[in-house]
Amino acid sequence: MSKQYETVIGLEVHVELATKTKIFCSCSTEFGGEPNTHTCPVCTGMPGSLPVLNKQVVEYAAAVGLATGCQITQYCKFDRKNYFYPDNPQNYQISQLYLPICRNGGVEIETENGKKIVGIHEIHMEEDAGKLIHNEWDDTSLVDFNRSGVPLIEIVSEPDMRSAEEVIAYLEKLRLIIQYLGASDCKLQEGSMRADVNLSVREAGQEAFGTRTEMKNLNSFRAIARAIEGEKNRQIDILESGGKVVQETRRWDDNKECSYAMRSKEDAQDYRYFPEPDLVPVVISDQWLEEIRKKQPEFRDEKRARYKEEYGIPDYDIDIITSEKRLADIFEETIALGCKPKEVSNWLMVETMRLLKEKETDASDIRFSPAHLAALIGLVEQGKINRTVAKGVFEVMFTEDMDPVSYVEEKGLSMVQDEGTLRSTIEEIVKNNPQSVEDYKGGKKKALGFLVGQTMKAMKGKADPAMVNQILLEILG
Amino acid sequence: MAKNVITDEVIEYVGILAKLELSDEEKERAKADMAGMLDYIDMLGELDTSQVEPMSHVFPVSNVFREDVVENGDNREAMLANAPEREEGCYKVPRTFE
Repeated sequence: MSKQYETVIGLEVHVELATKTKIFCSCSTEFGGEPNTHTCPVCTGMPGSLPVLNKQVVEYAAAVGLATGCQITQYCKFDRKNYFYPDNPQNYQISQLYLPICRNGGVEIETENGKKIVGIHEIHMEEDAGKLIHNEWDDTSLVDFNRSGVPLIEIVSEPDMRSAEEVIAYLEKLRLIIQYLGASDCKLQEGSMRADVNLSVREAGQEAFGTRTEMKNLNSFRAIARAIEGEKNRQIDILESGGKVVQETRRWDDNKECSYAMRSKEDAQDYRYFPEPDLVPVVISDQWLEEIRKKQPEFRDEKRARYKEEYGIPDYDIDIITSEKRLADIFEETIALGCKPKEVSNWLMVETMRLLKEKETDASDIRFSPAHLAALIGLVEQGKINRTVAKGVFEVMFTEDMDPVSYVEEKGLSMVQDEGTLRSTIEEIVKNNPQSVEDYKGGKKKALGFLVGQTMKAMKGKADPAMVNQILLEILG
Repeated sequence: MAKNVITDEVIEYVGILAKLELSDEEKERAKADMAGMLDYIDMLGELDTSQVEPMSHVFPVSNVFREDVVENGDNREAMLANAPEREEGCYKVPRTFE
């Protein structure tokens, strides 16, 4: 490659809002129901049915706009976007083109190259489409409209990103803001957050943008990073060999690590947008906007500062705990029950993170309650169980969320407090391991660890290691 | 004679967007019809609308909302009664390629 190229990336991010009902009808948005059990004449586009807007959708959309520094369009409307596809029963999608609810915002991202602002062009409200299951054998498709009409916001960024690293930092930032607002759980894998990547390359130093392509079907951060790398190289290869990039929509295949053309990109005029006649305009008064503003939660950056100030825990801990709203919530609630901040943060950072990874689940799926975590920490503090046993109890609590106090009692996990029993066990161990005793007395301090280990094993882990150490030293003189 | 001219390329493209397959004869007719319609609509351009506010709705009504409460139950049987064909609780349609 002789020339230097710059990659220019803008993102369209679709986020499914966490409402209980769809955007224009009172069908449930619950995920995973039997096909078509959450449908009605509105969300299946029956002639004569009329949409009525879910107020919560406006509140969530405006809240996301406020949190991302956007201007809120206080007089906003819906428009029809016309296209034909079987997942779209009305043959149009109700969306916003002319007066989207939010405009001209931006969020600050931080990468190794420092901080920068990624502009947000607009955020608009729209409805999701149904789901198609293609049958290869008889050339048919099965349509499930449960998802049809689930509320979405589409967040359109400015073409401000220059690398996969920046794209991921931007998505992380959006995900956290929206999660903290409670407006969506933002799970890429499950499709509640979806990113389409608009990418073009241009020679370094050029003002004008190159021709861009849009890439779809990116459902993990890893896939996004790989797709950006792949598409950048594909476009540079075309330009280097004297060709021209075609404006089109491409589908990324993460298994094959390549993309292929889906359709040539339609222009806005092809969608024949026009004002939605079935919905009246939305007027967001100053007072309503103020109410939405007042409900804005404490966001990650504010939490970080407060945790440092109020709890004095290390930055590393703060980063991990605030990386998921759920972790931060559990952290705060457990502390409110009287636990030491550092103790709580250790359980979240070490054991919780380990189990989340092991079980391949998400922090938002955590089942143990702050009350039970606090009870477990209490058991350790009171010397009822030692840390090793506590870890085992926590593992069970992680999947079953049982009360650790009664669990420890039921399973007989309490530490043996009776010094006599412990002493006779240790005497037995010392008697049976003369070699280790000799090694210890000969200066090999490691031998003591072996004897402690043997004692813990004999006590089935239910002894206080400090007490074992003390008695052992006494006996060994 | 219409003032607007619809070219072969345009009618071809509109056909693709509308998912219509037109014969040569139908295309010629559609070209003439579309040109005539555009001429008719162009009459609106003769009016001076520089002082007129854009309007999308006839009635001065705004903020008609629903609260976020589930009211619809499982309507599947009634809904699928409208399906031309059904299978596994789904509407069955000819396969479409992306």
